[in-house]
Amino acid sequence: MIEQLKNSGFEEMTLNMGPQHPSTHGVLHLLLKMDGEVITEARPDIGYLHRGMEKIAEKRTWGANIALSDRWDYIASMSNNFAAVLGPEKLMSITVPKRAEYIRVIMAELNRIASHLIFFGTYGIDIGAFTPFFYAFREREKILDLYESVCGARLTYNYFRIGGVSADLPEEFIPGVKAFINYFRPKLKEYDTLLSTNPIFMDRTVGVGAITKEEAIDWALSGPNIRASGVNFDLRKDDPYSVYSEFDFNIPTGKNGDCWDRYMVRMNEMKESARIVEQALEKLEPGDIMAKVAKVIRPPAGEIYTHVEAPKGELGVYCISDGSTMPYRYKVRGPSFVNLAILQKMLKGLRIADVVAVLGSIDIVLGEVDR
Amino acid sequence: MIYASQSLGDLWNWLLQQFAELCGSLGIPEVIRYMVEKGAYAVGLLVFISLTALVMIYMERKVSAHMQLRYGPMWTGGWHGWSQTIADMIKLLLKEDIIPDKADRWVHRIAPIVIFVPSLIGFLVIPFDKYLIGADLNVGILLVFGFSSIAVLSIFMGGWASNNKYTLLGGLRSAAQMISYELPLVLSVLGVIMTVGSLKMSDIVMAQKDVWFLFTPNLLGFIIYIIAGTAEVNRTPFDLPEAESELVSGYNTEYSGLKYGFFMLSEFTNTFIISAIAATFFMGGWNGPSWLPGIVSFLAKTYLIVFLLMWFRWTFPRLRVDRLMDFGWKFLLPLSFFNILMIAVWVLVKK
Repeated sequence: MIEQLKNSGFEEMTLNMGPQHPSTHGVLHLLLKMDGEVITEARPDIGYLHRGMEKIAEKRTWGANIALSDRWDYIASMSNNFAAVLGPEKLMSITVPKRAEYIRVIMAELNRIASHLIFFGTYGIDIGAFTPFFYAFREREKILDLYESVCGARLTYNYFRIGGVSADLPEEFIPGVKAFINYFRPKLKEYDTLLSTNPIFMDRTVGVGAITKEEAIDWALSGPNIRASGVNFDLRKDDPYSVYSEFDFNIPTGKNGDCWDRYMVRMNEMKESARIVEQALEKLEPGDIMAKVAKVIRPPAGEIYTHVEAPKGELGVYCISDGSTMPYRYKVRGPSFVNLAILQKMLKGLRIADVVAVLGSIDIVLGEVDR
Repeated sequence: MIYASQSLGDLWNWLLQQFAELCGSLGIPEVIRYMVEKGAYAVGLLVFISLTALVMIYMERKVSAHMQLRYGPMWTGGWHGWSQTIADMIKLLLKEDIIPDKADRWVHRIAPIVIFVPSLIGFLVIPFDKYLIGADLNVGILLVFGFSSIAVLSIFMGGWASNNKYTLLGGLRSAAQMISYELPLVLSVLGVIMTVGSLKMSDIVMAQKDVWFLFTPNLLGFIIYIIAGTAEVNRTPFDLPEAESELVSGYNTEYSGLKYGFFMLSEFTNTFIISAIAATFFMGGWNGPSWLPGIVSFLAKTYLIVFLLMWFRWTFPRLRVDRLMDFGWKFLLPLSFFNILMIAVWVLVKK
């Protein structure tokens, strides 16, 4: 068909989507070859937000790299902090106090809710519904207020420390979290009535951009994206770090791996995160928040790969220490970057309206893609 | 004499009579009298349209804001930011008018005019009140639909002439969409026309003196009309020509300043016309409680429909372009044919 058209004088149109475009979630540049509205070839072009983080990390102390990690996936900084501290802690065989572990889990899970809320809001905008965005931000605001009361920051927290966390919880934090959880649960139902089961929304997302189980594994997807394809892969269960093995929670999975499944997995994950936070609050007991760690951190020479289940997927840090105060090599496996790769395969044959639906459902953050 | 209880339409009629008497006594030719009358009405209409656009833009901002947990404009002008729209208009007037380098300049320039003028003409045949109608043509409704279908031409012109791929896609989309949805739109109104037996606006309003067509089998027609009408004025869930998250701003991406303002204004005037026709055809037009002036009850009904369209806009996601076509041709069009059949049977049975 396209060949015939080409012969008769028609040509494919090349559309540069981004880097300045309302719905490429930052500075992603998509090179689309199109036959009318149908995409024949798609190529993501990344690197507009490259800041050379891995190289910078080699010239900064281990502790300073936690602050750097805030800037990878800047809407889920707590999870990044988590990944950044696990490596040196393991190298130095530090045992983190129980209280600090629970605080870390509470922070990471609240952050998962916040990150998925941003996904929910922006995905609504991608599909054309503007209102959910404001509802999502109303709830996210409350989480940010809680964070602010703990560490003073609302976006780049720099809260974790090698061996614990930087500050103990203020008095109002625990009742605040409890109130938030109680407030948040009914809101999830509100989202379902507003967007999840809307016929137009389902029409746009069900069956669009489906990834099969095999494809998901082949392309090394992680996080909600692989779970939506029916693969029950979650590092919190499969390779429990911190104190995650103590909690009772489910891993929501999808069946078809289409946009709607990816969306629903995230919506259900928020419920599970709320459960984990509740359990962690119950187990929280007074105690130390920092292990006894030397002032100058010099992990023994060696290499290690540690990973956490960030909201976007498997966030791994591979670091090599030469025994000095600075890492010798600091490689970050950003889930957004890996998940983005499958985009060029998924987009082929879809329409331009589906590009934003698929891209939004993968839920990337360009700060983490480019680093 | 004029009494306060009488409506604006009666006032207008009384003024016309006084003017006619005056002209008769002064010996002014009929032609000049006619032109002055219609000219006065046109000036009044222009003022009304500008005010309508201002009110509707303000209303849209406030409605969307309150649906989205915001306040909307609150400062400009004092009371709840009432003059925000005026300030915005002034800003648009002062903006630089940019024409892209490789654009088709002439087409690019006239596209906003081509969309705005037909939407003004549509106002001529809208019966605001008894006697208060620009021209009570015997083909009234045809005139509105005829002129409103010119809008697609303008959107296509704007999209094409801007020499931008996003605007081109927006223009093509709107061409496909508006032509497809024109059919169910006109067919849905056909049910009412069959019931009344006239295309004349005043006849249609008079026929609803006792019961609105909304409460007759024409209800189905009303639903089809609202859906197709939403698509006709490119509002969510049918705002594909300007789909922000896909096409940046669609056909008007390359427009700035007053020319963009015309596109925006015509979106609101078209919305008003679609709502006004819904009020006229299905909700009894200026018929209403006797203590209420006709124009008030007409505007109340119109703004109810306007609010409905805004409600749609701020709750629904957007359809995809192929599904939109499917919906229009495979569902809405057969349904409107069925509606016509049903109304035909109903009209026969009633006789």
